Amino acid sequence: MQVSMTINGEVVSDDVEPRTLLVHFIRESASLTGTNIGCDSSSCGACTVHLAGEAVKSCTMLAVQADGLEVTTIEGLADGDVLHPMQQAFHECHALQCGYCTPGMVMAAVSLLDEVPNPTEAEVREGLEGNLCRCTGYHNIVAAVLQASGSGKGES
Amino acid sequence: MPSILGTRVLRREDRGFLTSGAIYTADIEDSRLDGAVHATYVRSTMAHAGIEVDVSEAVTMPGVVAVFKASDLDGPKAIPGPVPVFPESMLNWPLLAGDRVRFVGEAVAVVLSEHPSQGEDAAEAVLVDYDPLPAVVDPEMALANEVLVHEDVGTNISVDFTDLGMATGYSDDDFFSDCEVVVSGRVAQPRTAAAPLEVRSAACAWEDGRVILWISNQAPHMTRGALTSLYGEQVAAGIRVLVGDVGGGFGAKIAPYPEEALLPWISSRLGRPVRWFESRTENMSAMGPGRGHIHRYTLGGTRDGDLTHYRLDVLVDGGAYARIGAFLPMFTLPMTVGVYDIPNVETTARSVVTNTAPLEAYRGAGRPEATLTIERAVDVFAAEIGIDPVEVRRRNYLPADVFPVTTSVGTEYDTGDYEASLDLALGAAGLDALRAEQRRRRDSGSPKQLGIGVATYVEMTAGPAPGGDEFGRVEITAEGKARVFSGSLSHGQSHRTTFSMIVADQLGISPDDVELIQGDTDLVEHGSGTMASKSTQLGGSAIHDAAGIVVSEARRLAADLLEAGVDDVVLDADTGRFHVVGSPAVDLSWADVAAAADEGALVAESKERRGCTYPFGTHLAVVEVDIETGQVRLDRLVSCDDAGVIINPMIVEGQRHGGIAQGVAQALFEEVSYDADGNPLTTNFADYGIVSMAELPSFELVPLETPTPCNPLGAKGIGESGAIGSTPAVQNAVADALSYMGVTHIDIPLTPQKVWAAIDSATS
Ligand code: FES
Ligand code: FES
Repeated sequence: MQVSMTINGEVVSDDVEPRTLLVHFIRESASLTGTNIGCDSSSCGACTVHLAGEAVKSCTMLAVQADGLEVTTIEGLADGDVLHPMQQAFHECHALQCGYCTPGMVMAAVSLLDEVPNPTEAEVREGLEGNLCRCTGYHNIVAAVLQASGSGKGES
Repeated sequence: MPSILGTRVLRREDRGFLTSGAIYTADIEDSRLDGAVHATYVRSTMAHAGIEVDVSEAVTMPGVVAVFKASDLDGPKAIPGPVPVFPESMLNWPLLAGDRVRFVGEAVAVVLSEHPSQGEDAAEAVLVDYDPLPAVVDPEMALANEVLVHEDVGTNISVDFTDLGMATGYSDDDFFSDCEVVVSGRVAQPRTAAAPLEVRSAACAWEDGRVILWISNQAPHMTRGALTSLYGEQVAAGIRVLVGDVGGGFGAKIAPYPEEALLPWISSRLGRPVRWFESRTENMSAMGPGRGHIHRYTLGGTRDGDLTHYRLDVLVDGGAYARIGAFLPMFTLPMTVGVYDIPNVETTARSVVTNTAPLEAYRGAGRPEATLTIERAVDVFAAEIGIDPVEVRRRNYLPADVFPVTTSVGTEYDTGDYEASLDLALGAAGLDALRAEQRRRRDSGSPKQLGIGVATYVEMTAGPAPGGDEFGRVEITAEGKARVFSGSLSHGQSHRTTFSMIVADQLGISPDDVELIQGDTDLVEHGSGTMASKSTQLGGSAIHDAAGIVVSEARRLAADLLEAGVDDVVLDADTGRFHVVGSPAVDLSWADVAAAADEGALVAESKERRGCTYPFGTHLAVVEVDIETGQVRLDRLVSCDDAGVIINPMIVEGQRHGGIAQGVAQALFEEVSYDADGNPLTTNFADYGIVSMAELPSFELVPLETPTPCNPLGAKGIGESGAIGSTPAVQNAVADALSYMGVTHIDIPLTPQKVWAAIDSATS
C-alpha cells in the first residue's frame, strides 16, 4: 500500500506492505539509518522519533499510522551545522559512548523538556526510563539533559 | 603550555553519532553488498533433542532464495571455540545443528530471502521434528553426569583446571586446623547478559576470490584468524574483516559465532552477497551471556581478624559448547586472594557443559567472580568475629610498601595502595554519618533499613601474565598530519579521542590532525582487538612508542635540513616545529620535514607486549531495604578507582559509570534464567531485568592515580573496574542492612522475592 509522510521536512512516499513498521519505513524507504532498532518488545527506545511533535517509539507503530504526518528523526534535529542544544549537551557531558542509544535518547530527551522544561534529576530519570543505554550507566545522560534544560544541575 | 594528556578533551567521534547516527553493520551501504540476500536462522525450540529438519515448504515461500540445513553444508561444519583445551565435540559448535540440538536458540537451518520479512515467514515454515531428550540445565546437576550433553565425551566436565596446573587442588582435611575461626559459604553468580544495544550483525561478499566480512565485533584480527583456519584453502586469497561502528560488545562480540562464520559459505554457494542481523529475542537466547559461576569458599583466620587460610572452588556453567566463558577461571584463579595478604590458599576449578547457550566473556570476564566471592567471604568472616568489615579489610590488605608483590597464588601485582582507596571512598561517603543514620533507623524500627557495603578490589587488565599484545603504526602525511593505525578497536571506548591525544602530545600537533584507522584487517596488518581493558595500556602505548620513533627520525631529517647536529635539534611540543636549540626563529614544520623525507621514512610501528596491570579501588554502596516488601533501592554508590595515569579523565569517568551500572544491575536485577527443561525465561528486554535510569542514582567518583611502571604511559586499564567493585559493594550493603536480623548472605540478583524470603526466614 502507498504510504506518504514528511520526514525532516521532505515528503517520502513508498509502496509498502501493510505490516511495515514506522521504524522500517524510516530506515528503508527514507534511507535514514540514524534511527536504530534495539529490541522487539518496545522496551529500549533506540527507535524514538518525533511524530507530529511528540516522541514515539517507531517500532511500536505501523508506517501507515504515520501516513500524512510529520516525522522528525535525529537527522533532522540540528539546524544546519548548529547542533540542537540537546545534541550539544550530550557532546559536552560525554553522554554517549557506542552511540547506539543516542539518536533515540536525544529525541526522547528533547520531547521530555518540551513537557517538563525544568526537570529535577528524578524527573529526568523517570521521564526517560523507557530509553535504555548499556554503555554510560546513564550518569552523563542525566547530566546532559539537566544541562540542556538550563536548570544548572548538569555536570560532566 | 601544559600537555594535553590528563585533560578533558571532548570526543572527536561524537558529531556524526549525534547528527546522523553512527554507521553500524546493518546501516552499511556498499556496492559490494548490492543485491544481497538476507539470512534468517531457524532456531531450536528445545534444549536437548534429536532432530529432523524439513525445509520443503519453506523453500516455496515468496522471496525465498534457498534454505539450508546441516546436511547441505559441504564446507566447514562447526566453529571451534577460541581455547583448544576442550574435548573436540564440546569445542566444535556446529554452524547448523545436524541430528542433535543442545540448547534453545541453536541454529538448525538458515533461510535466505530477498527481504528480511520474507525470511521470517519462511523460517516459521521450516518443520523441525524433535525427539526430546532429558536436559541438564543446572551446572551442579551436570556434575552428576546423569544426563550427558555430549555422550561421546562420557562426562559433562569440559575442563578441570587442577589437571591443567592452573588450580592447586586441595591438600588434606587439616588445612584449616590452625584457624581459630572458619566460615564457609556458597556464592552463586548467575549468568548475566552482555546485552549490547546493537545485536549481532554481519554481511559478507566475495571479491576477487577473497572474502569480505563486515561484522559487529570487538576483535577483527581474531575473527579473521578464526575464519581463515575454518575455510582453509577456500580462502587462500585471504579474508578482509571490516568493522565499522559497533553498538557495544562488553565481551560478547570477541570470537565469531556460527551464524557469522557460515556467511562466506552461503555467499559462495549462492554467488550473491549476504546480510544478517538478528532480533533481540534471538540475541538473548543465542549470544552467550557471561558470569555463570558457582563458588564455594572457606575462609579461616584468627579471632582478632587476621585472615590466614582460604579455599575457593569454582564451578562454571559453560553452556552447550565450550567457548571462552568456559575457560575464564584462567582470569579468576590468579585473582583469588584479591587485595589481601592471605598466606595459605588452595583452589579447584571446573567447567561443565549444560543445555544452555554457550558462555562468553562479559565485562570483567572472570575477575569480578573472584572479587565477589572474596569480598563476600571477608564480610561473613567479619560478622562471625563481630569486627567491622572495614577494619578486617584494613588489617589484611597487602600494604602499599610491598609492591611489586607476588601474591600467595603467584600473581605479580605491579602497584597498589588499597588502604588509600578505602580511606578516600570512606571519606567521600561520610561513613560515620551513614552509620549514625543506620543506627537511628534500627532503633526506631523503621521499615526502611539502611545498609552500607564496602568492597575493595584489584583486577588484572590485559592479562593474565605475560599479558596480551597490540599493534600500532604512526605515519606522517605530506601535509604534516599523522595517520595512526591501531589493532585495537573502539566500540564505545573513544579511541579516536584518546589515541589522538597520545599522538598529538608526542608530535606537538593538534589532535584534530590525527587520523585513526582501525577495524580493517587489510589496512591494519595485526591486532588483538578491544577486550580485557587493555586498549590504552597496550594499544595506546604501541602508538606512543611508534610516534616516539617517528619523532627521532624526523629530528634526524630536520638536523640535515638545518645543517645541525641531531642532538641540537628539538621538537617544540607546543608548536610542533623543529629548530636548533637556542635558535627558534629558524624552524621547520612537520610538512617541511615530510617533504624532505624518502617515502616510508616517517613511518614507525610498534608491537606492545608489556605486562598486565593491576588496577584497584574501593566501592561503597548505600542501600535502603524495605523490610516489608524486600525491595532494595540503591541510594548512593561511591567509587574510588585507580587506573594509573589517566589520558582523558572524562572518558575514564564514562567507563567507570558504565561499569558501575552493569555491576549494580548484576547485584540487583539481572539474571539470564532457564526453567528446568532448559527453556529460556529471559528472552527479551521485557523479561530480562535490564537496568534503566530510573533504578540508579548518579554515581560519586573519587579519583586516585597510582602510575604503573609496566608501560610508557603509566596507564592501567579502566573499562571493567566499575563492574568489579560495585557488585560486591551492593551485595554487602544489603547483607549489612539485614545483619541485625542475623542475615549474612543473600545470592544475587537481590530481587524483592529473595530479600523478602531471607527476612522471613530470619525473623520466623
Ligand atoms: S526498538 Fe523500539 S523500543 Fe526497542
Ligand atoms: S552509548 Fe552505547 S547504548 Fe548508550
